[in-house]
Amino acid sequence: MSGFDFSVIADSLPSLSGGLAMSFMLTAIAMAGGLILGLILAIVRLSNIRFVSTIAALYVNGFRAVPLILVIFWFYFLVPLVIGRPVGALYSVIIAFVMFEGAYYSEILRAGMQSVRHGQWQAAKASGLSFLQTVRLVVLPQALRKMAPLMVTQGVILFQDTSLVYVVSLHDFMTSASIVANTQNRMVEMYVFAAVVYFILCTLGSTLAERLKRNPTLA
Amino acid sequence: MKYSWNWAVLISEPYLQWLGWGTLMTIVISLVSWAIALAIGTVVGTFHSTGNSRIRLFTSSYISVFRNIPLLLQMFLWFFVVPELVPDAIGTWLKRDLPHSEVVTAIVALGLFTASRVAVQVSAGIVALPRGQGMAAKAAGLSTAQAYRLVLLPQAFRLIVPPLTSEFLTIFKNSSIALTIGVFELTAQTQQIESFTYQGFEAFTAATVIYMSIALVVTMFMRQVERRTSIGNT
Repeated sequence: MSGFDFSVIADSLPSLSGGLAMSFMLTAIAMAGGLILGLILAIVRLSNIRFVSTIAALYVNGFRAVPLILVIFWFYFLVPLVIGRPVGALYSVIIAFVMFEGAYYSEILRAGMQSVRHGQWQAAKASGLSFLQTVRLVVLPQALRKMAPLMVTQGVILFQDTSLVYVVSLHDFMTSASIVANTQNRMVEMYVFAAVVYFILCTLGSTLAERLKRNPTLA
Repeated sequence: MKYSWNWAVLISEPYLQWLGWGTLMTIVISLVSWAIALAIGTVVGTFHSTGNSRIRLFTSSYISVFRNIPLLLQMFLWFFVVPELVPDAIGTWLKRDLPHSEVVTAIVALGLFTASRVAVQVSAGIVALPRGQGMAAKAAGLSTAQAYRLVLLPQAFRLIVPPLTSEFLTIFKNSSIALTIGVFELTAQTQQIESFTYQGFEAFTAATVIYMSIALVVTMFMRQVERRTSIGNT
């Protein structure tokens, strides 16, 4: 091994930071979209309307049974076919992540809402609130506080999972590091550097989750 | 949407064979990695559950390093970086002579990654036991090792069957990441079928159905484990 070459990292910082921005953007969109979709799925599953809640359950369990890479491949193949023209990797990846994360967030949200004491649901009903009003005004505000640490943990997992867009060559942080590693033939430097960056960012997230768990009033 | 269906592609050669080999590879990688993860995870988790702060420094570092780096990058580190960092003779052997080095690397990476997650569960399981269990074991004259082996670990494992089930399910899904270092497991094979035949719908449906079947079998197996290991209604 011929010494650790820091200059290759310094030289490639522009493309790496561009990649990191892409990773953050993907994480943010997948989180926001996943939360919205997850909330709808969770409410539908708690609603006790048999037909739709069965479909939502099938959706959630289906997505949770397959690897994210397969989901990325599925949408990379499907989206252009449905739209009828090539749309590029980014759009199909975003759709894949939102659909996939929706399934995971719905389980967190459902568990959180179910953990709200039964008396709260009954009291809300007794005071004349509809099901949706109960969810919005009574259950969700209490559940969100309890779920905050899990949400952050899922966010950290999601951030790590965005590295999988490597398989469709979308230029996130992981792919950018890998491109430099291969073109400059500097595998050691680039992959160690990437690992350090991921480690620091994810440790910050994990620490935040740990704090929230110990001190729920922070949420 | 224009698409010409051809489900027969799945049962024609060589594609049927690709699917079969891919499925087998996914199962083998996952099971071997799971064995490694259980073994190392139990050891790390047991040490992590002790109060000793020096030991905990090691176990916490292990857990946080393996949990906070994406698995894809961990595969790359084991595959591309580690052979460069070890002494030359070993590095050359890893790169040139180790048969199926990508499969071995995938198993090591997946096993050590999952071990960190198993360790967290094992440690939580031990900590969740009533303190009297450890004390009673000591009072009965068991050594520390015996107390863990005969009293604490069997009870801890009973408690953590549900979270271990979900880790076991996850390892099959995570094994797909091995395709990034050139392992032809199930997802890679179906992707290859798609690029050879353009029958992506059929290929990915086959993979989806196979992954779902694996999940179903694993869930049923673990339910049996849970039923057999539970004591009465506790």
